[in-house]
Amino acid sequence: MAVDRELPTDEAKALLDLAHDLAVNELAPKAAAYEERGEFPRDVFRLVGEAGLLGLAYDEEYGGGGQPYEVYLQVLEELAAGWAAVALGISVHTLSCYPVAAFGTDEQKARWLPDMLGGSLVGAYCLSEAHAGSDAGSLSARAVRDGDAYVLTGTKAWVTHGGVADYYNVFCRTSDDAKRGISLLLADASTPGLVPQPPEKKMALRSSPTAQIVLDGARVDADRLIGAEGEGLRIALSALDGGRLGISAVATGVAQAALDAATAYARERKQFGRRIADFQGVSFLLADMATAVEASRALYLSAARRRDAGKPYGPQASMAKLYCTDAAMRVTTDAVQVFGGYGYTTEFPVERYMREVKVMQIFEGTNQIQRMVIGRHLAADPS
Amino acid sequence: MNIVVCVKQVPDTWAEKKLSATDKTVDRESVDGVMNELDEYAVEEALRIKEASGGEVTVLTMGPDKSVETIRKALSMGADKAVHLVDAGLHGSDALATSYALAKALGTIEHDLVILGVESTDARMSVVPAMLAERLGAAQLTFARKVEVGDGTVKIERLTDTGYDVVEAPTPAVISVVEKINEPRYPSFKGIMAAKKKPLTTLTLADAGIEADKVGLGGSATTVADVAARPPKQAGQIVKDEGDGGTKLAEFLASQKFV
Ligand SMILES: Cc1cc2nc3c(=O)[nH]c(=O)nc-3n(C[C@H](O)[C@H](O)[C@@H](O)COP(=O)(O)OP(=O)(O)OC[C@H]3O[C@@H](n4cnc5c(N)ncnc54)[C@H](O)[C@@H]3O)c2cc1C
Ligand SMILES: Cc1cc2nc3c(=O)[nH]c(=O)nc-3n(C[C@H](O)[C@H](O)[C@H](O)COP(=O)(O)OP(=O)(O)OC[C@H]3O[C@@H](n4cnc5c(N)ncnc54)[C@H](O)[C@@H]3O)c2cc1C
Repeated sequence: MAVDRELPTDEAKALLDLAHDLAVNELAPKAAAYEERGEFPRDVFRLVGEAGLLGLAYDEEYGGGGQPYEVYLQVLEELAAGWAAVALGISVHTLSCYPVAAFGTDEQKARWLPDMLGGSLVGAYCLSEAHAGSDAGSLSARAVRDGDAYVLTGTKAWVTHGGVADYYNVFCRTSDDAKRGISLLLADASTPGLVPQPPEKKMALRSSPTAQIVLDGARVDADRLIGAEGEGLRIALSALDGGRLGISAVATGVAQAALDAATAYARERKQFGRRIADFQGVSFLLADMATAVEASRALYLSAARRRDAGKPYGPQASMAKLYCTDAAMRVTTDAVQVFGGYGYTTEFPVERYMREVKVMQIFEGTNQIQRMVIGRHLAADPS
Repeated sequence: MNIVVCVKQVPDTWAEKKLSATDKTVDRESVDGVMNELDEYAVEEALRIKEASGGEVTVLTMGPDKSVETIRKALSMGADKAVHLVDAGLHGSDALATSYALAKALGTIEHDLVILGVESTDARMSVVPAMLAERLGAAQLTFARKVEVGDGTVKIERLTDTGYDVVEAPTPAVISVVEKINEPRYPSFKGIMAAKKKPLTTLTLADAGIEADKVGLGGSATTVADVAARPPKQAGQIVKDEGDGGTKLAEFLASQKFV
């Protein structure tokens, strides 16, 4: 069922119609089989790339769509209702363009952004390491300057699109300085010594590969340093605010799909001679699910509108990520409940929705870390 | 080759279609409108012909203000310009009146080919293309599953119950297409943005030289006298095969006058 949305322009409306058509006709019918096989859908990314959905939130000057976050995020939400891994991939790709777009020199932007935003490339963002997850600042992969290049050694972990990406944002240690020890290099996938490992075996989102990247003396030209040396952690954290809104929208889309499936089922399924939707126990469950979905959408959009207006939105992005993903976990779990035993089988998509959402409470900052960000903001002396 | 594609906005295929209680016309206000699905194939075919041999593609739509959404979609797929025939006097036009109005509007647009869908999903008369060809005095090449454009001619494969016929005619010609013909493209975001800047001409009855008493509810040759809701689906009849399954099936088909 199409969501009735408030949109700022006629183009935005046409864009959302396009996203809905793609989700219904191209994504949803393929999702279950690709998830089962654990296959990355390169063709689907080509299709959404050609449609112009891989650069929506960036400047038109470099080939982006010039759309506000308010619109971009709702596109992600629509796509996620069809296939979470694809929407997540677009969110990660969008994140992967951010460092160059926001911190690159004019020359770097002109050189790389048109291709990154053009729809034919897919990007990755390598911050985490096996021992450095929530505490990303403790990462230990090294980049050592050698003539006109940096030589990279170490192992990045949990890289979404690891092995299928065309380029990697690699955060490395360039000194042991606690505050300014990390730098960002934009490495091409073809760099010798940059070696993707076999993908992790995951609970869900299996069509979105997650892999370690071994850096074995990979030489990356020094003109691929984004921002100044030592600025990496600041870049990483500021990129994550937008990424968190992306995850909020993706979670909301999956929750909407679960709500739609549960509602349709409850209207059809009969027990004790009545539709189960007519039992108060079920209808209150559906009412709470619908309320959570509406609240999620309202919350991520409110944070997005702050971003679009140029206001600080870090704590609001954390609140949206925390609320939308927790709400989606509850909604998808309850959707399985509404389906009864059938919901526990792969015959219906609700068990998959539930598995897909679980990781959204974990990546791009666990929900404990989001609470920490919000709490610190509250505890800070306003003066 | 200049091509006009006739595109109709219809109620969303999945929405429950309703008729207005007062004049028994299709209720177009209370539901979302979408481009008639077969017309997407017509637009796609026009774009492919243009991409192969040049020319311009114009979209022609007759319908209320809201139909402009459908016009925009055709423009965002790649059509060059659009003509929107919109006038309260057109409300309730039947097939004959619709074909008259479209023919008049076509008089204002230079064209070598007119491409339509074989039928709409709302009224489903499937006669507008033939009527339009007749009114224009142009060849009618209907039920096309393949179109080939030559020099001043056009050849189609006309889908039939048993296969296909090859039909060729000089241009100008009117073609209607079936869904086997192609796979319509999605608009792209660039196309959506470009559509905003493409020329869109609005025509009233007077602009198109349409006589008011030949269109609308009053100008239509047919009237919808009565409508009734479809009866609820009957429970099916299950035939158990006890060696005589074939006979039982044949008896059932005969009793329903299917054979
Ligand atoms: C319940 C009901 C009963 C009806 N009974 C009759 C009847 O008995 N006789 C009668 O004449 N009419 C009848 N009508 C009205 C009639 O069907 C339509 O209103 C009339 O406009 C014909 O359109 P169609 O959609 O059936 O055309 P079709 O012939 O099915 O459409 C074929 C193609 O023509 C083009 N086209 C059609 N309409 C437009 C348009 N407005 N703008 C641009 N392109 C267009 C499209 O390319 C479309 O794919 C009835 C309508 C209803 C709702
Ligand atoms: C499918 C998937 C895709 C991913 N994609 C990427 C990617 O593209 N790029 C990338 O860089 N990373 C990616 N990650 C990594 C992800 O961001 C980390 O898994 C996440 O940040 C958590 O780190 P961790 O797994 O090491 O858990 P840990 O940090 O070890 O956390 C374990 C538990 O301790 C809690 N905890 C930790 N510190 C605190 C604290 N201070 N207070 C309270 N609780 C705390 C956590 O909330 C959690 O519950 C991905 C992960 C997954 C699973």
